Amino acid sequence: MSSGYQIVVCGSIVPDPWQTLEPAVTPAGPALKNEMMLPAVLDPWAGHALFEAANLARQVAGSKVWLVALGPKAKLQQVMMTIGQKVPFELVALDGPAGGFTDASETATALAGAIQGISGLDSSRLLLFGGWESASRGAGVTLQLVGEQLGITDQFQGVDQLKVQPDGRLEILERIEGGRHQVSLCDAPPAVLGWATGHLPEPKNNPQVGMMNMRQVMPALQRAQAAALKGEGLTFAEVSLPSQVRETRIVKDLPADEIAREIVEWIKQ
Amino acid sequence: METILFLTHTEADGSLGRAALESLTAAKQLTEALGGSSLVAGLLGSQTEAAVGQLAGVGASRILAVTDEQLAQPRYATDAAAATAICQAAQATAVIAPATSRFNRVLPGVSHRLGGAVDTHVSQLGVSDGTIEVTRWFYRQRLRGRLKRAQRPWILLIDPGCYAAWSGEPGTGAAEAVSSPADLAAPRTQVTGIKAPAADAQTIRPDADLLFVTGAGWTKKQADGQTHVPDAEKLILNFLNATRASLGSSKSLVDLGGEGQAVLSFLTHLNQIGQTGATPRHPKGLATCCHGEEPHTVGWRFVNERRVINTDGTCGWARGKADVLYVADAFAVMKKVNELLAS
Ligand SMILES: Cc1cc2nc3c(=O)[nH]c(=O)nc-3n(C[C@H](O)[C@H](O)[C@H](O)COP(=O)(O)OP(=O)(O)OC[C@H]3O[C@@H](n4cnc5c(N)ncnc54)[C@H](O)[C@@H]3O)c2cc1C
Repeated sequence: MSSGYQIVVCGSIVPDPWQTLEPAVTPAGPALKNEMMLPAVLDPWAGHALFEAANLARQVAGSKVWLVALGPKAKLQQVMMTIGQKVPFELVALDGPAGGFTDASETATALAGAIQGISGLDSSRLLLFGGWESASRGAGVTLQLVGEQLGITDQFQGVDQLKVQPDGRLEILERIEGGRHQVSLCDAPPAVLGWATGHLPEPKNNPQVGMMNMRQVMPALQRAQAAALKGEGLTFAEVSLPSQVRETRIVKDLPADEIAREIVEWIKQ
Repeated sequence: METILFLTHTEADGSLGRAALESLTAAKQLTEALGGSSLVAGLLGSQTEAAVGQLAGVGASRILAVTDEQLAQPRYATDAAAATAICQAAQATAVIAPATSRFNRVLPGVSHRLGGAVDTHVSQLGVSDGTIEVTRWFYRQRLRGRLKRAQRPWILLIDPGCYAAWSGEPGTGAAEAVSSPADLAAPRTQVTGIKAPAADAQTIRPDADLLFVTGAGWTKKQADGQTHVPDAEKLILNFLNATRASLGSSKSLVDLGGEGQAVLSFLTHLNQIGQTGATPRHPKGLATCCHGEEPHTVGWRFVNERRVINTDGTCGWARGKADVLYVADAFAVMKKVNELLAS
């Protein structure tokens, strides 16, 4: 392929995993307590997708990466300041809620609309990337729905590896049960790839990449259209924080033999 | 009143796998709880005969099947076309299906084709005010929600391990054949195989009673100022061989490989438990040399009994995350454990 891939990565923000989360009731439905105050990070599996996209784009001349993100504009801006230092991409931002209680199909419709609005997109070069599940809704639904709306019927989830074959076919490894991978060969784009961890470490900050990205990120955020997600037809009866606290018995100063005996007894029970 | 479709793919031999039988229990219980509703079964696969026999006693008003050689491969394009055809033929308003990797990949897309809704990783189905109510987790198992939807058909993927597998007297019968949709004809993707670790290196065992978790401590300098990675490997593998436990790991330990440090050779990201790893279901879990940080312990949500060996009595596990914390050297304890198991 002479003209390279057009890699569109769908990814948004989630609360930093170190934060304690508590549910809150709002007129618009359930939310997190102090949701707007919680520090946010790029959704981890979407992050892997972005790094894999950048790596592929570097290898195949003429390729380009877009990051399509739906989230509260101010929070997106904060996270882009960090992510923008890592790999080159063009941001397409949508201003709206990114929480776990939003409806995946409404999110998907907004994302698909934004992707269709990217000028010069050519479906014969299109790879739609994202995380296989978010750290918020954790549903693994959004990408399939975006793919369907864009008419893409070659879809892969839990992807850990993509290798372009000499004949241009895509070899894809997807996670399946029991710690195994299913290996597929897809003739050509378009395809949807929901990434798991992949194989790449998080790229180091690169000030040059940062400068280049920032020139485009701020105008993209200013242009961000509002995406009103209404949660049509969806009602939550309750969202709760089940108590996780156990009474931990702390066993100190017991010889290794005795601890071992206790553990073996417990395993065999 | 709902038309509840129990939808599943068959195994390679045409039978129903455990996750399918568990979601069948969920579908049956839901049908009984929703008075006046009917249960329909739908099968897709290259062979479906054995499954039809397994369903003989389930009380389904119809059994529908798309049986096609193309469905031997778990693949989005063909699975989506077949699943859509079955849902339409059944005129289903609710679809209950197992959350296998095959169906997680495809049923959300099917919900779009049907103009319906979907919820995945469902852990419980209930009925409230005469309508279906679903329980699932949010924010990586931190918050639990109960929800309803007005849209139909509503596809619900039931996580494995949440319901007992249905068992009934097998019988004979025939399914109504749903004709193969045209989309099955010329897929652009071919599944070429499964990549699995060698049988003796297969450390992920979803059905094991015990989850054994290793943390970065196994590769750190010990009291003598040295690392002992080869010893750690031996202790862990011997334990796994003796107990057939499933092996989980902290992120720090699996990440070391990418950073070029000495690592346990049999660990991959697939072993990782936690925020960006797996959330397996096991009756018991034993964590060793792992600090018990929150991004790790969210992956323990469905591990019932939890014990830990850590040299640090103030590690994260001490704060109400484990039932028992042994403040001890895991090298010493696991050596003894292996001796006892071998004796
Ligand atoms: C976005 C994000 C996502 C993350 N996702 C995950 C995830 O999915 N899973 C995950 O695990 N982490 C995850 N983390 C990382 C997590 O925060 C911790 O850094 C990680 O879990 C620490 O791993 P550890 O406990 O093995 O290592 P350490 O924190 O280094 O702990 C090592 C432990 O070993 C003990 N030890 C050392 N020697 C011995 C001995 N001889 N006997 C007994 N104990 C000993 C030490 O006391 C110490 O407690 C994530 C972090 C972020 C920011």
